[in-house]
Amino acid sequence: MEEKKEKTMQKEKVGVYICHCGTNIAGTIDVEEVKNWAAKNPNVEVSRDYEFMCSNTGQELIENDIKEKGLTRIVVASCSPHMHEKTFRNATERGGLNPFLFEMANIREHGSWATNDKEAATQKAKSLVNGAIERVVHHEPLEKIPVEINPNTLIVGGGIAGITAALELANAGNHVYLVEREGTIGGHMAQLDKTFPTLDCSACILTPKMVDVGQHDNITLLTYSEVEKVDGYIGNFEITVRKKARCVIEDLCTACGICEEKCPAQVVDEGYGAGLGYRKAIYRAFPQAVPGYPVLDKENCIYFQTGKCRACEKFCPTDAIDFEQEDEMLNFNVGNIIVATGYDLFDPRRIPQYGYGRLENVFTSLEFERMVNASGPTGGHIVLRDGETKPEKVAIVHCVGSRDQNYNEYCSKVCCMYSLKFAHLVHEHLPETEVFNFYIDMRTPGKGYEEFYHRLLKEDTHFIRGRVAEITDADHQPGEEGKLIVQVENTLLGKQQRIPVDMVILSAGIEAREDAAQVANLFKMGCDYDGFYNERHPKLAPVATMTDGVFIAGACQGPKDIPETVAQGGAAASQIASLIGQGTMMMEPVRASIREEDCSGCRICNNLCPYNAIEYDEEKEVSKVITALCQGCGTCVAACPSGAIDGAHFTNLQVMSELQGLLWDVQPAPEKVTA
Amino acid sequence: MKFGYYPGCSIDRNARSYHISMMAIAERLGLEFEEMEDWNCCGATEYFAINDIPAYTLVSRNLALASQQYSGEKLVAPCSACFLNLKKTDHVMGEYKEINQKVNTALEAGGLAYQPGTVSVHHLLEVIVKDVGLEAIEEQVKKPLYELRIAPYYGCMVPRPADMESFDDPEHPTSMDKLLESLGAIVVDFPLKAQCCGGHMTQISEETALELLRRLLKNADDYGADMISTLCPMCQLNLDAYQGAVNAHFGTDYNIPVIYFTQLIGLAFGIPENELGFGKEIVSAKPALEKISDEAPQEKKRRRRPGRRTGLPMPSMPEEG
Repeated sequence: MEEKKEKTMQKEKVGVYICHCGTNIAGTIDVEEVKNWAAKNPNVEVSRDYEFMCSNTGQELIENDIKEKGLTRIVVASCSPHMHEKTFRNATERGGLNPFLFEMANIREHGSWATNDKEAATQKAKSLVNGAIERVVHHEPLEKIPVEINPNTLIVGGGIAGITAALELANAGNHVYLVEREGTIGGHMAQLDKTFPTLDCSACILTPKMVDVGQHDNITLLTYSEVEKVDGYIGNFEITVRKKARCVIEDLCTACGICEEKCPAQVVDEGYGAGLGYRKAIYRAFPQAVPGYPVLDKENCIYFQTGKCRACEKFCPTDAIDFEQEDEMLNFNVGNIIVATGYDLFDPRRIPQYGYGRLENVFTSLEFERMVNASGPTGGHIVLRDGETKPEKVAIVHCVGSRDQNYNEYCSKVCCMYSLKFAHLVHEHLPETEVFNFYIDMRTPGKGYEEFYHRLLKEDTHFIRGRVAEITDADHQPGEEGKLIVQVENTLLGKQQRIPVDMVILSAGIEAREDAAQVANLFKMGCDYDGFYNERHPKLAPVATMTDGVFIAGACQGPKDIPETVAQGGAAASQIASLIGQGTMMMEPVRASIREEDCSGCRICNNLCPYNAIEYDEEKEVSKVITALCQGCGTCVAACPSGAIDGAHFTNLQVMSELQGLLWDVQPAPEKVTA
Repeated sequence: MKFGYYPGCSIDRNARSYHISMMAIAERLGLEFEEMEDWNCCGATEYFAINDIPAYTLVSRNLALASQQYSGEKLVAPCSACFLNLKKTDHVMGEYKEINQKVNTALEAGGLAYQPGTVSVHHLLEVIVKDVGLEAIEEQVKKPLYELRIAPYYGCMVPRPADMESFDDPEHPTSMDKLLESLGAIVVDFPLKAQCCGGHMTQISEETALELLRRLLKNADDYGADMISTLCPMCQLNLDAYQGAVNAHFGTDYNIPVIYFTQLIGLAFGIPENELGFGKEIVSAKPALEKISDEAPQEKKRRRRPGRRTGLPMPSMPEEG
């Protein structure tokens, strides 16, 4: 206690700098008033305002004042610490002070941007600045902690984003663990027929990359596997993966496909087949699957359900079937993680008036992709649900589940383009067939996209502007019998129209994965309102997350087409390659420490620590923090009944002083009058 | 369960069988309806189009009385128009201060006042499906309606509009479908289930109304319905009383009885037909009722059918798992 007293006795010289940020702050907050007010604080030696504190001249102000006026503490009131904390810490350091003797007050995001009320904003700025001043005088010099970066990387999701990232990192000589939930990598891209606007075959451009992943020495491919647990932090994550039993001994299987051929259980292929075709209970999603060995689906396997069959086992030439196989838990360490878990297709059953699931000739976009694909269930022929009849009229309905406040407010970005592609494919396969595209707005921003739209206009597609109200088989005028009728308000004609067609394709939107929230939790990420993972900064850090060492890529962050997804996969890989190249990373020295003399040895903190960073010293009968493991979360600090634990940079004294500073203008409650 | 009850003008006249059947099943379901005293007409469908403030006032008088006469009980209206008008007035008075003020000024002249949000308005179908629940209904079923093919008709008012927290999907309601299924009946797909019957258009432009009615009857007939089940006196009257006119006008020969869902519940509960108001309908329900079988139809699971060899699988609906 004596030591502390001495410290506060010794007066600190604080420099306060109020940034205008052009008009961003000065337009709402009276910066001069705040500056003059702060100057009255007895701890403050210098108080200035300046147009752009982050400019070189602004930083030099700090440096020179430290040197010339002997400042010992620095406060900058400007933007969020996410933006410029590092800039000002460096300036403080260049001036000759420890960089942690600096504190930032966010008067822009928390002040001027939050209100138009100038008086209130100025008052709040004073409180924030005052809190920072009262806090900074109690700051202590700290040293950053170097952390070694494990050069291995975990990539979750084997779609085109994960594949791209894995190959980039692996080609640079780093080891990658690629974990995929399904039996094969490839993701949604493997389901598609052609890709817009160039119409190159999706599988033809994807499968070479899949093969590369499967054969790469630097990639450990874990399919039919899921990440169960993630411990640790950037540089050193401890990963637990459940490798689900696929009932196939991978070392023995030659991927000959006899088991699949002999399996008597036919199942609707809801996964890769999008529900349009059938597969067996033991199956490969498609012939080019990587890895090539199949998966046994226990829920539909006759042996697992009834105890009889074992046909696959009987016919397997290499004895590779193992019904007793169990899930395997794998543990490994990585330095960084990329989450690239993709998207779910919007389920159009949620819009009952569109008839999907009720009216047999209403299809989803993914069903159509499978249908029009030469390796799909119809051999690439466009036919109705009966498998034979060619449609004479096809309706393609845009924005199903997108741009609709009842479902998803956002635009799914890819549907206009793939709907145009569908129209083209119908024309190509069935030149006599009429195609109607129902759109709200045609959204074709992208290289070569608008040109593709123009091409379709010349292909005699009917474009009808208006959101489809209903798809029904309730005919009530001649020409509608036996047809599906698309009811729409044509907003260009200003007229209700009923258009009878044979087939309807619903261009369903992109949604966050059903389990996105759990996955976000596992990797300590955040989700936005729509369930997509939050990036660190919407413009400047689109593939980083708020958790260091965890990156995102592709449609799990928001609707994206293939080129954008590939770009993000590459971007995430290059950010990680940069970290690996640095070898070590300097971590914030925010760590807990226990004052032995105050510790009663109650061991409450031992079990509370989520990082197992506290051990008990049997001899001294006190608890101790293992600094290398501590993440500075503060749980133990709050829990210690003796108040014996300090969180560096977040000591009780610092936090309480800041609060007192913040609440300077709050009047204490009048004392209760008791009768 | 005790409820406030707003019968509406039609319940004692053309919708007598609705009232009778409703009271007949109420006891079995433990429902008690306490009729509002001194209630007045809800203004039906037209008044709001002519002059909205007097229309809201007319309805709000009932809400004001309900708030005085009941202590927290839900207010039940069996008629679609009454239900919608009561609910809409409460909603609009809550959303728009100006209307609230004007309406309350008018109410004041009669010594009344209404604070929006005080009375909770419900349609009879909602009470039966949500408050009673399908399980309790199923327990009471003594004579299931096996083999009877029913087109469930909701009309345009009960499920709409969605922003007033509708108890069902406004475009494609399914609560009565499930209710009728729990009575053992076969519910046919009826795409026009939430479309308009023409309302009072029969009085204004008969041709318009007849076309709307024709579409409904045709759609029910196309799906092979033995009868149409309704929850609205207006829909019942139009479809039933004008069916002959539709046939005469279009040269059709529809013969589809239009029956209140409460009558069907009563029938499945084993209550005799004459205690449920059967026989009051113009298109007789007799031939349809004779189709009811004592034996349950063979379990036909609507699975994703492989169909013919070449056929493609149908997507499954969520209820089927």
